[in-house]
Amino acid sequence: MSFTDSQLERYSRNIILKEVGVRGQKKLLAGRVLIIGAGGLGAPAAMYLAAAGVGTIGLADADVVDLSNLQRQIIHATSDVGAPKVISAKETIEALNPEVTVNTLQGLVTSENIMTLIEGYDFVIDGTDNFPAKFLINDACVIGAKAFSHAGIIRFQGQLITYIPGQGPCYRCLFPSPPPPDAVPTCRQAGVIGAMAGVIGSLQAMEAIKYLCGIGTPLTSNLLTYNALTMEFRKIKVAKRSTCQVCGHNPTIVKPLDYEIAACDLKSKPA
Amino acid sequence: MELTISGTTKTFPDDLSVTELLEAEQVATPQYVTVSINEELVDQGSFDSRKLASGDKVEFLYFMGGGTRELY
Repeated sequence: MSFTDSQLERYSRNIILKEVGVRGQKKLLAGRVLIIGAGGLGAPAAMYLAAAGVGTIGLADADVVDLSNLQRQIIHATSDVGAPKVISAKETIEALNPEVTVNTLQGLVTSENIMTLIEGYDFVIDGTDNFPAKFLINDACVIGAKAFSHAGIIRFQGQLITYIPGQGPCYRCLFPSPPPPDAVPTCRQAGVIGAMAGVIGSLQAMEAIKYLCGIGTPLTSNLLTYNALTMEFRKIKVAKRSTCQVCGHNPTIVKPLDYEIAACDLKSKPA
Repeated sequence: MELTISGTTKTFPDDLSVTELLEAEQVATPQYVTVSINEELVDQGSFDSRKLASGDKVEFLYFMGGGTRELY
């Protein structure tokens, strides 16, 4: 595969990096990244991956764009309110970089469809906003031996960790089970600054790009935490938990499972 | 004894359990927090019995979702 003149120009700032070069750019163009959740985290992740020339981007989300999303979900515009997020996001990506193939799933990701969904991708980005989905993605990626980036944000804080099969702990090592759906504080509305989602979602895109190019050191075995108010980034070193139910010595979770979604998060019906 | 909590070293009484440390540090939802001591994750079930030793490096890991719901 050789580059066209317009590709050489479009990706010149990638290619000029010695760590990327022509080789890395070819890997990006051949790369396939699945983004689950086209919201606050998924929006910047999808846009930076598309801009970088990642050849295939999968988007899965059941929601439609709401006016209150636009404060942080920068892949959607005012004219998209009411439209399915995956369609709105696909249009933005295609306008940004028509070379990218965008696959969409407008519906919930469940234990029934997740293994098939992740199968064709090199890397998965968890851009979801609820714990059942985060545990589902973790378990599926561990069982399916798929690299993925977990991230979470709240108020002025964010965190992320990368899982690569055989390297370091999974999300369930850090948190053995999700908080119960009836946990009282779970449904209280919280705020978040849009730029917080931008910071953390962009870091997820960076992890995907590094993984695809095979450069640098992935954020495995370390939970990176970010406090925007104090402007502190901390890398917390964490080891695998030998008793982990999905990646430990004696796994009891051998296929993906659905946890009950808190009633307040049940805003969408499966497609 | 001295413990390093989230990167900051402080003085605590001796013979402190993880549960007592969570109280001393006023962790709002101890039932949902993950604790690591010297980079090792501690099982929730042993928070009462696990004692801290001087020089231990302790980290608290919190659930973070998608930013629009409170959890803790």
